[in-house]
Amino acid sequence: MRHLLSTSDLSLEEAVRILDTTAQMAATQEREVKKLPTLRGRTVVNLFFEDSTRTRISFETAAKRLSADVINFSAKGSSLSKGESLKDTALTLKAMGADAVIIRHQASGAPYTLAHAGWLDAPVINAGDGTHQHPTQALLDAYTIRRHLMGETMGEPDSIGVVGKDLSGLKIVIVGDVLHSRVARANVYLLSTLGAQVTLVSPPTLLPVGVETWPCQISYHLDEAIDQVQPDAIMMLRVQRERMSSAGGGFFPSPLEYTRIYGLDAKRLGRLPEHAIVLHPGPMNRGLEISAQAADSPRSVIVEQVANGVAVRMAVLYLLLTGESSAGTAAHPTGKENS
Amino acid sequence: MTSAHIPNGEGSVLITNVSIVGYERKDVLIDDGVIVDIAAPGALAQDESVAEATVIDGAGLIALPGLVDLHTHLREPGREDAETVESGTRAAAAGGFTAVHAMANTSPVQDTAGVVEQVARLGDEAGWVDVFPIGAVSIGLAGEQLAELGAMADSAARVRVFSDDGKCVADPVLMRRALEYVKAFDGVIAQHAQEPRLTENAQMNEGIVSAEIGLAGWPAVAEEAIIARDVLLAEHVGSRLHVCHLSTAGSVEIIRWAKSRGINVTAEVTPHHLLLTDELARTYNPIYKVNPPLRTEADVEAVREGLADGTIDIVATDHAPHPREDKDCEWAAAAFGMTGLETALSVVQQTMVDTGRMTWADVARVLSQNPARIGRVNEGPRAQGRPIAVGEPANITLIDPQAERPVDAAEQQTASTNSPLHGRTLPGAVMATFLRGRATVLDGQPVARTDKSAS
Amino acid sequence: MSSEAAPNQGSWAARNVMSGPDIDRALTRIAHEIIERNKGASDVLLLGIPTRGVPLATRLAAKIRHVEPDAGGTDLLGQLDITMYRDDLHHGPVRTVKSTVIPPEGIDDRIVVLVDDVLFSGRTVRAALDAIKDLGRPRAVQLAALVDRGHRRLPIRPDYVGKNLPTSVDERVKVNLTEIDGTDAVVIAQPETQDSGPVVPEAGQ
Repeated sequence: MRHLLSTSDLSLEEAVRILDTTAQMAATQEREVKKLPTLRGRTVVNLFFEDSTRTRISFETAAKRLSADVINFSAKGSSLSKGESLKDTALTLKAMGADAVIIRHQASGAPYTLAHAGWLDAPVINAGDGTHQHPTQALLDAYTIRRHLMGETMGEPDSIGVVGKDLSGLKIVIVGDVLHSRVARANVYLLSTLGAQVTLVSPPTLLPVGVETWPCQISYHLDEAIDQVQPDAIMMLRVQRERMSSAGGGFFPSPLEYTRIYGLDAKRLGRLPEHAIVLHPGPMNRGLEISAQAADSPRSVIVEQVANGVAVRMAVLYLLLTGESSAGTAAHPTGKENS
Repeated sequence: MTSAHIPNGEGSVLITNVSIVGYERKDVLIDDGVIVDIAAPGALAQDESVAEATVIDGAGLIALPGLVDLHTHLREPGREDAETVESGTRAAAAGGFTAVHAMANTSPVQDTAGVVEQVARLGDEAGWVDVFPIGAVSIGLAGEQLAELGAMADSAARVRVFSDDGKCVADPVLMRRALEYVKAFDGVIAQHAQEPRLTENAQMNEGIVSAEIGLAGWPAVAEEAIIARDVLLAEHVGSRLHVCHLSTAGSVEIIRWAKSRGINVTAEVTPHHLLLTDELARTYNPIYKVNPPLRTEADVEAVREGLADGTIDIVATDHAPHPREDKDCEWAAAAFGMTGLETALSVVQQTMVDTGRMTWADVARVLSQNPARIGRVNEGPRAQGRPIAVGEPANITLIDPQAERPVDAAEQQTASTNSPLHGRTLPGAVMATFLRGRATVLDGQPVARTDKSAS
Repeated sequence: MSSEAAPNQGSWAARNVMSGPDIDRALTRIAHEIIERNKGASDVLLLGIPTRGVPLATRLAAKIRHVEPDAGGTDLLGQLDITMYRDDLHHGPVRTVKSTVIPPEGIDDRIVVLVDDVLFSGRTVRAALDAIKDLGRPRAVQLAALVDRGHRRLPIRPDYVGKNLPTSVDERVKVNLTEIDGTDAVVIAQPETQDSGPVVPEAGQ
């Protein structure tokens, strides 16, 4: 694993290894002294072309807990908005000696381009690109699910006891705007690689053409999916209000109708199996895709997801920044895959 | 082959032992820009004019009528950083072309007699190929008001092809008026079929690949809906429609249906849509970003079949040069378009001839005769797309079909490097191009005209 | 994937230096020495260093408890993973991080005995000392190793040694334990060919 760009690149073995490493990282974060000397002297750049305080802080915390130096690079102008081009930014980071680049970008594929265009030698971590992928989000979701549902007792969290396990046999329902969701894409591929059975529930307008080839089931009806699948975990995706009802091109008649058909409320929560957990990548639209009762219920692991995000990102940084291939970028000739 | 200089249409050239459009070998004698004799190999040796002729050994080569591109972006005026008339037409000659139709989306737009005459003049000065400007359908390509089509038709540039290419003439009333109006001078509307609302922010073909890699989709129906509408409009007003760069299996079906109804429609396909698919977008390399987008394997098969059976009339390059910075970036920020003049013939050979679907005579039809006829440049003093026959203008392209050549974008004649075929090896090479008897390419290399100042 | 050295392969000539009973006798002696040195074992906490330090510590704990049933209070045994404290993480493949297990009340004021299979350069022990520092403040830290093969590169000495084993630097010492390897034995392997490259001193790994 040289970069982390998409969960569809991860093998089962690699995915489990990241989750296992996450478990050890999480254990260190329960101690009084949380900082580890592991990445001392290494420089990690947070390159954010799109605002996301939550994700940036999560990565920054992870890097600092491993003693890496963190540079936050908020590149507001992308070449889309006629600011500095991605290429020039990459060349700048290379000159500054970045050992890893964490990139968030509104354009799908920007992390791939950064990793493969030959502008940079450092490992690239995708922190969310357009409507493509958000691999660390999917990994923290998978980690949270494994902790809660793969231990000896379903529903009781266990981090270390589940080391080595995948998600075989679990049924997971993902609800919401799949079309625009990098979280959904990342999760479908990762969870299915880990052996879970994934069902996407979405209005037909919010499913991409071509979704039928994804490794998952599709349903247009949440009630039907809850009753038939009896999911072990249900993940609610964030819905953007402005996508709902713009004249002539809205994806849904009204927020109210969305909530009625696709929202997770107390009633639907009650129909889930007793051990089932509720996930949401955040930030939530309470009252739209998830009701307050559901979000705050004991089944909800939404707050825990945030904490697990730091451990997952520590694991990813550890796995990408140690080992032979990570030693000194200067020793490696510049890759020239594109020219 | 000798590299002797051949003046502009003067003097005589004897091409020996060349296979004319893939048929039997002949000697072809050119004098004063005209094909004066065609005879069995060696038979012309006694002719006294032959003694002074420059002799070109055509053994192993195929002679095609000079190729005619109905869809070229020369970028001048306005984007000389991407291409100039000089560099673009030199690339055309290197690709075996003797004529190109220059698309209207320059800056200023080719929407007045003045601009089209300027482009024609630049073409004449460059002298590599005949440049036939295409006029814009609407003022400024804005899709609102008809440009002065009549003035452009009557101008020195004698415009017959009108297109807002790059943008679709989406307003059905404007399209109807344009189709009607050009009947007065036997013009044709070349439509860039793209329903704008269905393709807002579109980045690539909508389908399995776009769903997975998260790029906004450009659905086939956005192309097919416009083509369906336009063929019905053309039928209704009894005018002539040309469909640019059709790219989907559905589009081929609609054209096939329209032709069976007797609708006066012609259609083109680009070399890249004959060869490449949307799978290439997985690299996020914007070199593969083009409009209309690369489609699926099934679409590629359908356009090949449509070209072979005559549903699709021509191959046109949609040569769209872009400066490096417009491709050296993330996909969404990159420009649409790819170069094609210097690889078009090879792609057609690879996809259609080497696969046994077309003969070289068919190639002459789709890359020379038909485009010249559609553009109404097949008669008159600058007749293009004529057969290789005695008395015809000596517009001839000699190709070596056995050649294997690597494509190096940096080595091409075009001023831009955005070739999607960079790094591939293609069959066939243009060895010589004659524009009315003057060699614009010899030994595979462009030959600059001596009567103009170096530029 | 894992940090363990590959088992002896064709190009190495192996020779047994400790048998199963030898290992057992050595551990019995060390258990008694720990009790004796610390005047009982009530505050002792054995921390095995993964991988083979863990079963060794487990065996020592059983032997100590055999003599002193109350040794260590409720927790006599733990394990200490030092991976993230290593100074050589940029060499070789990425190392698997393993669990650290310490008593819920921490290690403050305990007598920590680090247990490892082979003591070599001392780098592992240095990393372990750094790791302990982040976990708490023990009263003392002692070191037990089944084999001391010499060639120290840091000012570190063991408190309890099963066997001193003079070796040359290019030899490889491999401890096999039933729990992991299916058999108990200590083996010295010598390179027959030079193409194996230098052996990096890495005690017990």
